[in-house]
Amino acid sequence: MSYESWILIVGSLAGVTCGITGCFLILRKLSMLADAISHTVLLGIVLAFIVSQSMSGIYMLIGAVVVGLLTAVGVQMLHHAGIQEDASIGVVFTFLFAVGVILITVFADDVHLDVDHALMGEITFVPWDLVQWGFLPELPKAFLMLSTVLVINLVIIGLFYKELKITSFDPQMAAAIGLPVLLIHYLLMGLVSITTVASFDSVGAILVVAMLIAPGASAYLLTNKLSIMLLLSALIGVSAAVIGYYLASWLDVSISGSMATVNGIIFALVFLFSPTKGLLSRKFTMKKLKMD
Amino acid sequence: MNDLLRMILLDANTQWVLIGTMLLGIASGVLGGIALLRKQSLIGDAVAHAALPGICIAFLLSGEKSLFVLLIGATITGLLAAYSIQFIISSSIIKEDAAICLVLSVFFGFGIVLLTKVSQTPSGNKSGLDDFIFGQAASLVGNDVKLMAGAAAVLIFITALIFKELKVLTFDPSFAKGLGLPTGLLNFLFLSLLVAAVVVGIQAVGVILMAALLITPAIAARYWTNSLSKMIVISGIFGALSGMAGTLISTLGEGLPTGPFIVVTATALFLISMLFAPERGLVTKWIKRIANNKQLRNNKLLQGEKRSGYHEL
Repeated sequence: MSYESWILIVGSLAGVTCGITGCFLILRKLSMLADAISHTVLLGIVLAFIVSQSMSGIYMLIGAVVVGLLTAVGVQMLHHAGIQEDASIGVVFTFLFAVGVILITVFADDVHLDVDHALMGEITFVPWDLVQWGFLPELPKAFLMLSTVLVINLVIIGLFYKELKITSFDPQMAAAIGLPVLLIHYLLMGLVSITTVASFDSVGAILVVAMLIAPGASAYLLTNKLSIMLLLSALIGVSAAVIGYYLASWLDVSISGSMATVNGIIFALVFLFSPTKGLLSRKFTMKKLKMD
Repeated sequence: MNDLLRMILLDANTQWVLIGTMLLGIASGVLGGIALLRKQSLIGDAVAHAALPGICIAFLLSGEKSLFVLLIGATITGLLAAYSIQFIISSSIIKEDAAICLVLSVFFGFGIVLLTKVSQTPSGNKSGLDDFIFGQAASLVGNDVKLMAGAAAVLIFITALIFKELKVLTFDPSFAKGLGLPTGLLNFLFLSLLVAAVVVGIQAVGVILMAALLITPAIAARYWTNSLSKMIVISGIFGALSGMAGTLISTLGEGLPTGPFIVVTATALFLISMLFAPERGLVTKWIKRIANNKQLRNNKLLQGEKRSGYHEL
C-alpha cells in the first residue's frame, strides 16, 4: 500500500476510535479527566520503557492503562478528601506529567522518545515503523495498535452498551438498580487510556484530546440519540482526519495539528448552524416566539 | 555541593532569575487562589495552551523574537480562548469541562500548525520558541528576566488594588451587582490578570505545566485557613517557594527543565498541607478522631460502671 494511504488509514482509525470513546466522556462530563489522562500516559510510557527496556506496544499499553487508572483513582481520592473536582484533576495530572518529563530528561540517552514527539506526534513516520505480529505480514505498528484498540473498544461498548448508557444519563438510577457505577467508570477510564496510548504515536498527547472531545461535542449538538451520536462522532472523526491530512500536505504543515484544527472548524460550523441546537437556529426560534 | 550552590547563588543572572520566578510564584499563587474559589482553575490551563498560537502569530507577523511582542500575541489569543469558553458554555448545551477541553486542544493544535510554519521561515529557527512548551527559566537572560519580574510585580499590585471588589464578586456575584459594581468589567479585568500571569509564566514553566502554578499552591493554601485574604497570602508564599526551589534544582544539572521541578515542589507542599495542616489536615483529623473515640469510650465506661454499681445495690 502507498505511503499516503497508510497515513489516511491510521488517521481515520484514530478518528473513529477517539470519536466513539469521546461521546461517553462528553455525556459524563469527564472531558477534563481525559485531558489529564492524555498527559499522564507519558509517564506510563516512560515507566514501561524503564522497566522493560523495550518500546514494544504491549508494554506501552500496560504502562498506559496502569498510569491512566492511577490518574483516575488519584483524582477520585482527592475529590473524596474534599477538593473540588477541577482542582484535583489539575493537581494530579500536572504532577504526574512533571514526573514523566523529569524522567525523560534524566534517562534521555536511553529513551528513544523525545518530548516533542510525545506531544505533537509524528504521523509522517508511521508508514515506516513496521512490525511483524504472528502470521500477519509486516504492517505499521500504529495501524496494528489502533485496530486492536478499536476492536477492544467496540467489543466492550457493545457488551456494556446498556450499562454505559444508563450510568451516563442517570447515575443515581443506575446505582439504585444495582449497577456497579464505579467499576464502569474505571472501565471507561481504561478504554480512554489505551485509546490515548494507541493514538499517541500518530497524533500526540494533546491533539488526541481534540480528537476525543471535538467530534463528540459536534455530534452532541446534532442529535438527541446516543446511537446516532456515536455514529456521527465516528464519521466526524474520520472526515476531520482526512480533510486535515490533505490540508496539511497542501499547506506543508504539521498533520496532527491540522487535524485538530479541522476538528475545531467542524465544531464551530455545527455550533453556528446545527438545525436544532445551533446558535443561529436558536436565535431564529427566539425571534419567531417574540413575534408571536 | 555547597560550593556549587554558593556559586549559583552569587551569580548575578541567577539572582535575577530567582527574583523573577519568586515574583511569578506570588502572582500566580494569588490569582490562582481567586480562580480556585471562582471554580475557574482549569481556565488557566486552557489559556496557557492557547498562548501557543498567539506566540507563533506574533513571531510570523513581526519576524523577530522580541519577548514583549510575543507576550502580546499570547495575551490576545489567551483572552480569546477564555472568552470562547465562556461563550460556548453560555450559548449552547455543551458543558464547561467539554468546552474547556475543546478550546484548549483546538487552539494548541492550531499553535502546532503555526509552529511548523515558523520553523520553515529563514529566521525562525524554532529552538527558541520550543522553550515555551516546557519553560527554561535558567537560560533566561538580562532584559527578559527583568520584564518577567516587572510584569509579575505589576500584576501583584493591580490585584491588591481591586482585591475588595474581586472578593465580593467571587463570593456573592448578585450582591456585587446589587452594589452597582461593574461585574462585566471586573470579570474582564480578572480574566486579563489571569491571562497575563499565565503568559508571563510560560517562559519559565512552559505552557503545559503553567496550570499547576495556578492550582496547586492555591489548593495547598486552602487547607490552612478559611479567610480569603490569609489564603491568598499563603498561596503566594507557596508559589514563591516552589518557583525558587524549582529554579535552583534545574540550575544544578545540565539541560534540566525548570517547569517540572517547580510543579513537583508545589505538589510536595500540597501533600504536606493535605496531611499535616492544623484543623483540616488528614493526619491531624485522624489524631483528633482517635482522641475523640477514646474520650467517648471513657465516658461510656464510666456510665457502664455507674449502671453496674446501681445493679449491685
